Amino acid sequence: MRTPTKLVTAALAATTVLGLALAQGNQPVIGLITKTDTNPFFVKMKEGAQAEAKRLGARLMTAAGKADNDNASQVTAIENMVAAGAKTILITPSDSKAIIPAIKKAQAQGVQVIALDSPTDPASASDALFATNNFQAGVLIGRYAKAAMGGKPLKIATLDLFPGHPVGIARHNGFLAGLGIKDSSGQAITAQTPANVVGGVVVCAQDSFGDQAKGQTAMENCLQKNPDINLVYTINEPAGYGAHQALKNAGKDKAVMIVSVDGGCNGVRGVQSGVFAATSQQYPLKMAALGVAAGVDFAKSGKKVKSGYTDTGVNLIAAKAVSGVPSQSVQYGLANCWGK
Amino acid sequence: MTTPPAPLAKAPDRLSLRERIPNIAILGPLLALLLAVIFFSTQSDRFLSPQNFSLIFQQVSYVAVLAIGQTLIILTSGIDLAAGVMMALGGVVMTRLAVNSGLNPFLAIGLGLLATTFIGWINGLLITRLRLPPFIVTLGMFGIVFGVTQVYSRSETVSNLPAPLTFFGSTFQIGTTTWTYGTLLMLALYLLTHVILTQTSPGRHLYAVGNNPEAARLTGIPTTRVLVMVYTLAGLTYGIAALLLTARTGVGDPNAGQTEALASITAVVLGGTSLFGGRGAIIGTLLGALIVGVFTNGLTLMGVPSVYQYIITGLLTILAVAVDQLSRRKA
Repeated sequence: MRTPTKLVTAALAATTVLGLALAQGNQPVIGLITKTDTNPFFVKMKEGAQAEAKRLGARLMTAAGKADNDNASQVTAIENMVAAGAKTILITPSDSKAIIPAIKKAQAQGVQVIALDSPTDPASASDALFATNNFQAGVLIGRYAKAAMGGKPLKIATLDLFPGHPVGIARHNGFLAGLGIKDSSGQAITAQTPANVVGGVVVCAQDSFGDQAKGQTAMENCLQKNPDINLVYTINEPAGYGAHQALKNAGKDKAVMIVSVDGGCNGVRGVQSGVFAATSQQYPLKMAALGVAAGVDFAKSGKKVKSGYTDTGVNLIAAKAVSGVPSQSVQYGLANCWGK
Repeated sequence: MTTPPAPLAKAPDRLSLRERIPNIAILGPLLALLLAVIFFSTQSDRFLSPQNFSLIFQQVSYVAVLAIGQTLIILTSGIDLAAGVMMALGGVVMTRLAVNSGLNPFLAIGLGLLATTFIGWINGLLITRLRLPPFIVTLGMFGIVFGVTQVYSRSETVSNLPAPLTFFGSTFQIGTTTWTYGTLLMLALYLLTHVILTQTSPGRHLYAVGNNPEAARLTGIPTTRVLVMVYTLAGLTYGIAALLLTARTGVGDPNAGQTEALASITAVVLGGTSLFGGRGAIIGTLLGALIVGVFTNGLTLMGVPSVYQYIITGLLTILAVAVDQLSRRKA
């Protein structure tokens, strides 16, 4: 057991040296911490930040959690980046509450911390937020589905993220709010509704973890439970493709509408080919570029970013527009999508 | 050390089947599965249909095949934490070579199987030659394989697969019920493994090594060779699981398999195989995988939210090991 320990120590030492080396020179150092470095959404965000940093003459350090809810790795990354001399840290918080003590510690050392993609809780804990309004992203596909279904009685399946994640809850509830559905006590659903609203017309709600294979299994089981499901919402397009495969195997892919959120290139192609009726597209490159620019400004002028929320925008992408719901074409979606 | 196995009259491979595989190893999971099926039949009128059972088989197929390799390893008192990510690597190799590099699909499948088999062989070498604990080796391999898969695929899903890669997802009819070739492949692999473990001397050697490696070595069983073979074959089964997963989803997904090693261990444990090695049966593992599939499907049909499904599967797993422990004390 000696060797691994030595290896780890050596690796840690190397990273620290590397970090210090990065802080040399007078280029502003900016840190970017994503939820994972495997989700194409974050991969693209990182590429966007790299490009912008190069353009503005800054150095970018990057780190990521191991999985979607890995808070500990993000805390470690903040500490290491502050030690390496980063003056601005951009972070997509995995755990909106648990990350706050680490953010406060960094701010106390004069570091500006900006949240990208998802807010901290409370949002005021970060110096600013550049993100998509996930509730709004849900509302758009909800409105579209309502118009496209033309007053047919709804039987909905939702393939969600995993329990308790704010982005998952915002999209799910936004979708239902866009459909004009009320919660079980007859109240309107808002961005403040604390948990996924299920029951009523939502006849089946299952976790998919945003994973294609798990999405397929969840959809197959939902169809067994309610063969007459006619509308499917999925947290992202991979889960949506899983749902489509299940519907296709059951011979229902033509009869059931799938709507999703994200707008990666692979997702927009799904809208093009008719797998999805519509998706809400978001813009990770823009979030990253804004964040890096704010970091360079802070390094040069000492002025912190304007606090509060900057909406980086979301667009409804649909192959067939429906009246009363503004949407963009597939061509627009392909021209502005992220990923490959 | 390559002494040929000595034909000793008292070798452990002469133990009767009953002594090596206590009945409880199969009876427990079989009873649990039957009770679950009966319970869900009373809760949902859609549960008890051949088509629903076909669906459950399809859903568990790739984890069940991963669990074949995992069973072989656990029988030797090892464990493989890299099973799921090795499957993801196999799937990405097959699909990228066939789609992006334009290789003949059958050659691409062959190379994908080769990749996972090779990693299994490396695992076996590290465990036997360097005497490293399987837990550590496969934990390290999890990180390596996961990272390599991400780099090789640039974290992108591969789609538009040629027909041979999705063959095992295609279906045939029995009466009015649709079954997939993937289900057949999975059942055939279980049958084959069952025969190897119970009817052949390598199978008996594997149990002997799991029971008591030192005793096995003294009776002339080439323990090192047995262990390397077990990890290599396990790698091959993960490659086959990759083929099943790819055929089921129709894509090569680099992010697949991150939790599947634990899912396969759950199936093995629910199937009554002991984590201490040397005790258990491959058919139990199939039952274990089906138990998880039946619960996921049945609870969804009942409208139980996902969160409670995790709790129930966790309780079942602990219960299964508790039963195993109690049976050991009696034995």
